Amino acid sequence: MSEVAARPVHSAILQFLTRRRGRTRADWTDWLTYAYLFVGLAVMFAPVLWVVLSSFKTPVNLVEFPPTFLPYAVETVEVEGFDEPLPLYEVATEEGETRLLAQIRRVGLNAQMIDPAKPEAGRVVVAVADAKPVRHIQFYWGNYAQLLSTSGSNLWLYVYNSLFITVVATLITVVMNSMAAFALAKYRFKGNTLALVAILMTLMIPPTVVLVPTYLIVAQLGLVGNLWGVILPTVATPTGVFLLRQYMLTIPDELIEAARMDHASEWRIYWRIVLPLSAPALAVVAIFSILSRWNDFLLPLVVLNRREVFTLQLALASFQDENQIHYDQLLAMTTLTALPLAFAFIFLQRYIASGIASTGIK
Amino acid sequence: MANLILEKLGKSFGAVKVIPGLDLQIDDGEFVVFVGPSGCGKSTLLRLIAGLEEASTGDIRISGESVISVPAADRGVAMVFQSYALYPHMTVRENLSFGLENIRMPKDEIARRVATATKMLQIEELLERRPKELSGGQRQRVAIGRAITRDPKIFLFDEPLSNLDAELRVLMRVEITKLHERLGNTMIYVTHDQIEAMTMADKIVVLRKGVIEQVGVPLELYNRPRNLFVAGFIGSPRMNFVDGTITEVTGAGLSFQSPHLPPLTLPARPGPLRAGATVTLGVRPEHFTLSENGTGWPLKVSVAEQHGANSYLHCVTPDGTPMLIHEAGQSHVARGDILRAEPREGHWHLFNAEGQRMPLDEG
Amino acid sequence: MRATAALSGAIAALAALPARAVEPVMHGAQKALGIKQMPWVFLIPNLLAVLLFSLMPVFINLFYSVTGSDRLYPVDRPYIGGANYETLFDCGNYLDPSTCSRDLFWRALGNTLVFVPVQVAAMIGIALFTAICLNRDIRGRGFFRSIFFFPVMLSPVVVALTWQWILQRNGALNGLLTSIGLNRVNWLVFPDSAFFWSVFVTVWAHMGFFTIILLAGLQSIPRDVYEAAKMDAASPWRVFTRITLPMLKPTLLVVFILCVIRSVQTFDELYVLTGGGPGSATILIVQYIYEVGFAIQPRNFGLAAAASLLLGAVLMIFTLIQLRLARGRNL
Repeated sequence: MSEVAARPVHSAILQFLTRRRGRTRADWTDWLTYAYLFVGLAVMFAPVLWVVLSSFKTPVNLVEFPPTFLPYAVETVEVEGFDEPLPLYEVATEEGETRLLAQIRRVGLNAQMIDPAKPEAGRVVVAVADAKPVRHIQFYWGNYAQLLSTSGSNLWLYVYNSLFITVVATLITVVMNSMAAFALAKYRFKGNTLALVAILMTLMIPPTVVLVPTYLIVAQLGLVGNLWGVILPTVATPTGVFLLRQYMLTIPDELIEAARMDHASEWRIYWRIVLPLSAPALAVVAIFSILSRWNDFLLPLVVLNRREVFTLQLALASFQDENQIHYDQLLAMTTLTALPLAFAFIFLQRYIASGIASTGIK
Repeated sequence: MANLILEKLGKSFGAVKVIPGLDLQIDDGEFVVFVGPSGCGKSTLLRLIAGLEEASTGDIRISGESVISVPAADRGVAMVFQSYALYPHMTVRENLSFGLENIRMPKDEIARRVATATKMLQIEELLERRPKELSGGQRQRVAIGRAITRDPKIFLFDEPLSNLDAELRVLMRVEITKLHERLGNTMIYVTHDQIEAMTMADKIVVLRKGVIEQVGVPLELYNRPRNLFVAGFIGSPRMNFVDGTITEVTGAGLSFQSPHLPPLTLPARPGPLRAGATVTLGVRPEHFTLSENGTGWPLKVSVAEQHGANSYLHCVTPDGTPMLIHEAGQSHVARGDILRAEPREGHWHLFNAEGQRMPLDEG
Repeated sequence: MRATAALSGAIAALAALPARAVEPVMHGAQKALGIKQMPWVFLIPNLLAVLLFSLMPVFINLFYSVTGSDRLYPVDRPYIGGANYETLFDCGNYLDPSTCSRDLFWRALGNTLVFVPVQVAAMIGIALFTAICLNRDIRGRGFFRSIFFFPVMLSPVVVALTWQWILQRNGALNGLLTSIGLNRVNWLVFPDSAFFWSVFVTVWAHMGFFTIILLAGLQSIPRDVYEAAKMDAASPWRVFTRITLPMLKPTLLVVFILCVIRSVQTFDELYVLTGGGPGSATILIVQYIYEVGFAIQPRNFGLAAAASLLLGAVLMIFTLIQLRLARGRNL
């Protein structure tokens, strides 16, 4: 053990780079790893957490500087003779004690206050500098309520558009890609390699490069401003075909021959044998498709040119274009757009990871 | 009647001729085993019969009718695959009935057939399980059951026992033989294991490089291998071979001479062999007699394997040719000993330079 | 596993309805065409889509780039030869964009040329270091992996808005700075800081993706190689440089190519985060294509197509060189 302790420091650093699993003792390189990972945790996760927390802040709390970490709301109190609840303040008096007063209105640097315990004592004038609002942590749902009331029906339209595109495109993608993958994996035929190469070649064509002609074709099909205009160009994903083909290659040919001897038609072989057995790969393709379609931006940006066909992402981005940014609603909407997917995929994270790892492609 | 006739059947993959063209007749109810080393084309031949591969030339006739252009499903054959090829996502019941559902057979008929097959194979209690939950032997039974439910004219087995452990293999061997006796169907069985071939077959077809080397009942192949390849392939352990020349041809027989070995006189009928011909003499390990009197071949023992009931002595002749000798019981021979061994009369196999068997007078 | 099963089960159930309609069609096709033609029947939908939306656009792009006017339909567009390319390359001094007739193109190009190497280096460096950390025997590996992967699932718009909210004048970052006694900075208003945050935010959003690939690469290195090296008394540094890195090279190559291709195509995040600004400080080439082809009136499809073909050509050459080099090194 003493020789381990005496190991030179630089060697320990290098060990950090090469060490693999299967040890029992933690040394300081482990602590360094943890330190890095916790910094990473903060940098990766805090921004999103921040946005979510901010979306629950009141408009006043939102523009405060320096910002508060958690959403705060000012304590209010019902005072006899006033219709609205009044905000509560902690006021330092000249005698050095603090009193709880409710603010009626603010006039310049002074504020009119009243003691809620003794409203009959009358109004007091207090310097604003001496008053500190009494606050407590409170999640304010007003931003969401406002979002729903101002763009309520539109919002559901955006959700519907996004959902429609995501679900329909994913279904078509899964069926079409798996059919092509089945043909490429399980048949020996002339043109097999050619078809595979033609499909894989499109991997080399970045979608942004063919943006203009894609728009032209969508326009020729009369699909500008139509949800199908962003569905059709995206369904023939080469990665989906490739991933499914690789997976289907691992299904033994004997199974297919057995089915063929069992009088199964080619379609039944595909539908009853190959498709169920490709479920893990299908799930990966479906997850990728859902992710990309839900998050798509550039193609919808050029094809979906009317508010009625906006997706959530477009609507979200369009919040910015208006002269003033309504951060309160923007944050609420950002949270709404991101969270459902993020949470759903926390559970599926392992499959996404394995899918990425096995293909290296999103 | 379901006999099978192959006529000039050939198969090429691109420029490679896997099967150059062979003729074979299999009679109704026969259990025929195709045997040969890996790559000999035996599986391809089976798949041609099944209809899973398309023949390049020739014809296949089942019960007299050509099936060469009939799809696999309609040939009236059923196949048991090497990997069993059970549908992993279906239960045993679904596996057995999938093929029958595909031809829209009435449900009660399907149920009846599944029940008969499972009873015959004693797998009734496995019906609701999936293949993953079965042992190797059980999967094997289900695979056979699937073939049985289809009520085929001919059963095809593609090395069905190669994925089982040794003990189970012996058991299943017996069961398939019993099944054949019971069903009486024509069965074709492919294996590379010559013990399976010897124990199960009515008729063995030995294949090499897509060519039939010999067809016959098991013991005929053992006793009278037609050429060097069959001689070496059938029988375990392998036959020993000694190269030599014919020094003299007399009315009584042939004189066989190999360097460093005492000459041997073989009782042969007058044949095509002339003095000076190069030949190979084959003697099976079990056909040696150890002589006490100093005659016979001097063999040096390099390893003595004691199996308990049997002993196998790995020896070399003076010129280094390996020679394996079987001795019943336990042997007292040790490494380095020099033995004197004599090939037992009447168990000699003589092959000419082309490897063809030369007729000898046997005892 | 249960979640996947449920998901695929749901998809299967949904797809079963049209499938029932498809089955007779496919059976009919098999009867009419025979088994030999069935692979084509299975392929055709996908091939049509590939042809229509991937291969054909490449040729249309070629056509667009040599024709003029703001008309969308090819028949309406007059042939103008290489004029679009000449316009793009019309420059007094290539090092000074303001002397070019299309100065924005050259600024975007210049920005991309700085952005890509910096972003790729940062991305791969951080992703590799993170992957090595995650490959160590530590508690909570799965948790940390999820955390680093998490932003990959966020949409680019959400990513951009999130960081905009943090980087704004009254944002969290400035709040942190003032709490330790520093001054507030208007991060997205100054060219240099806006550029820095452009790199930072895109790395933040995508590094998890590359970390996962590299982690898989690290985990695929067989343990016994390390054990053999241990028996050979190899120093840790030698183990890292002579075993880990060489065996990771194929993965690194894939990561590198993917990373460069995606980096060059960066658009969504920056479009929302900075809009290319301040001025043209963070405009990249894809945004230029978008602006010229769709945002700025009159739409100049020809110029956009010419620019995107140049981009495509550069990417293609880059990929081929990389693959050739890789083959040369016998990877």
